[in-house]
Amino acid sequence: MAMAEKGKVEEKHPMEQLLRMDRMPHIWCPGCGIGISVTAFVSALKKLEFDLNKMCVVSGIGCTGRVAGYIKLDSFHTTHGRAIPFATGIKMANPDLKVVVFSGDGDLVSIGGNHFIHAARRNIDITVILVNNFIYAMTGGQVAPTTPETAYTTTSPFGNFETPANIPQLAEAAGAVYVARWTALHVRRLEKSIVEAINKPGFSLVEIVAPCSMYYSRINRLGAGIDMMRFYHENSIIKHDEPTENLAVGYQKQIIVGKFIDRERPGFIESNRRWSAEAKG
Amino acid sequence: MRTNFGKVLSGTHNFSGSEACAEGALSAGCGFLAAYPIVPSLEILERFSMRFSDFGAVYIQMEDEISTLAAVLGAAWTGRKAMTVTSGPGFSLMMEHVGLGIMLETPCVIVDVGRFGPSEGIPGKPGQGDVMQMRWGSHGDYEVIVLSPNSPQEMFDLTIRAFNLSEQYRTPVMVMTDETVAHMREEVTIPLVEDIEIIQRRYYKGPKDKYLPFKRDENLVPEMVDIGEGYRFHVTGLTHNEKGYPIIDAETQEANVHAIVNKIRLNSDKIVEFEEDNIENADVVVVSYGITSRDVSEAVQRVRGEGVRVGTLRLITVWPFPEKRITQLAEKIKAFVVPEINYGQICFEVERCARGKAETLSVFHDRSDDNGVSNIIDTIKRALQGSV
Repeated sequence: MAMAEKGKVEEKHPMEQLLRMDRMPHIWCPGCGIGISVTAFVSALKKLEFDLNKMCVVSGIGCTGRVAGYIKLDSFHTTHGRAIPFATGIKMANPDLKVVVFSGDGDLVSIGGNHFIHAARRNIDITVILVNNFIYAMTGGQVAPTTPETAYTTTSPFGNFETPANIPQLAEAAGAVYVARWTALHVRRLEKSIVEAINKPGFSLVEIVAPCSMYYSRINRLGAGIDMMRFYHENSIIKHDEPTENLAVGYQKQIIVGKFIDRERPGFIESNRRWSAEAKG
Repeated sequence: MRTNFGKVLSGTHNFSGSEACAEGALSAGCGFLAAYPIVPSLEILERFSMRFSDFGAVYIQMEDEISTLAAVLGAAWTGRKAMTVTSGPGFSLMMEHVGLGIMLETPCVIVDVGRFGPSEGIPGKPGQGDVMQMRWGSHGDYEVIVLSPNSPQEMFDLTIRAFNLSEQYRTPVMVMTDETVAHMREEVTIPLVEDIEIIQRRYYKGPKDKYLPFKRDENLVPEMVDIGEGYRFHVTGLTHNEKGYPIIDAETQEANVHAIVNKIRLNSDKIVEFEEDNIENADVVVVSYGITSRDVSEAVQRVRGEGVRVGTLRLITVWPFPEKRITQLAEKIKAFVVPEINYGQICFEVERCARGKAETLSVFHDRSDDNGVSNIIDTIKRALQGSV
């Protein structure tokens, strides 16, 4: 802590080295889970043992898509759903960089679903942090492919009838080497998983179940953001290695959290180099 | 990131347009190509995928054309020169990222091997129906640079020029070619490495914490940095200020979009390139681009034998369009004839720039045979008779 004037302590945010303080206050609503997710991410960054100048963050569009704009690293706010291919280009062009995609459920598994599948299949060495708030929040609360059955949204005014995506199962099936899920209130475990995911070579995914305290909460009468966070936390059960087919999320039902996948598979760049070397003798 | 020029194939070769394009890209220092297979652009990918590792370049086949251009934009920010190659339907899928490339002011090259459309059309036949999509395809206001080669030699030369312009103006540049130019074989001369003009990216060199990704020089072009060098910059597709931060107000919108439009408009005299023949004393000028210009040469040669005074103007840069030159010529001639492999796109631009001083006749040039050439000849004669 620096002494600004005699007898007066200059107040500094403990994370100011990694946050763009010149952009505060941020756009997220009170009680939103994205702020805690960013805090967990920044705490995780401080625990990493490599040069953060060599890390970049790529986001798509949406509430979580704004994360790249607040992290004080090289950062890109791109198009809706395309953070993963943008990140793939970065990683392929300079494999020395650590590339993190930080975005939301609608961005990554709806409009960007195909890229999610293929980056996992190729085992591109990137880490995806996916904040799942069950709704399109930036646009005012429309139904999403992650909205639990029966939940109300502005475009499912009689309750959602679609089957929501089971994101860990999708990631496992596509080939991800690391898959974990926590709620926004599992801050320490979440931070630990982010560290593990970033250190894991290959395509890693951390899903964060977080409240949308404005739209999802209000239309479903679930109380304030903090009430929802507490509900998710209290109704979650830690089951490491749970088969991912059991990880579907029901409306206001139990949420299984933990680390589900941690396996080895050759990465894209490694395979590419090996093939090239063999082919060329 | 510097490129190894050791493997440039200096010398004279019998190359297809596609091979020449891939060699041009590698000679220009292209270090990254992402693409998705589509007829009739495949031969460029095939050549590149065989050759890229000799240059230390990267090649990746992505899951669709949306992701190819996203990957290209990401790769460009690591310091590599980056490119994608496609055709009509794939080019349509790229439109959102054309806008992102324009907004992030990211140098890259997009090669569109034109085929008949709309929709799937005829994949294996040449088309020029994308010329307005090149200009206006992504939403919002912007300016583009589009080059149109008419031979394998120009596929080599203009691919290099496309990289040079993209680096110089920090913007995506398109090479608009077509099935026939991509597939035809001709002699292509690749110069010695030291004779190939390469324009490198301009880098910011000041203090790390003072970098502004959109601070402009006198040509309105901002300097770049590479990811991973400690500048900790941010860029966004949202309307942004010099620092790259999103600002939602009319002043920022104006400053942002004026700059991306004007950096091309105000420099257009330096960018525009065209080729004229027999323009002095001409009564009619045939304006064409790409493969169509070859049929124009044939047609013009025939009518000149009949004593008709006809000149030609071939667009090498289709965008920016040589407005001033067309306006000048309109003062002196009777009419423009504009054959295109579409139902009339550039002809409207010619008509606009002629400002009513000369007639403009469109030719729907759908076939590259005697009938096609005769159509051009007939239209030239019609233009002379004034029976428009």
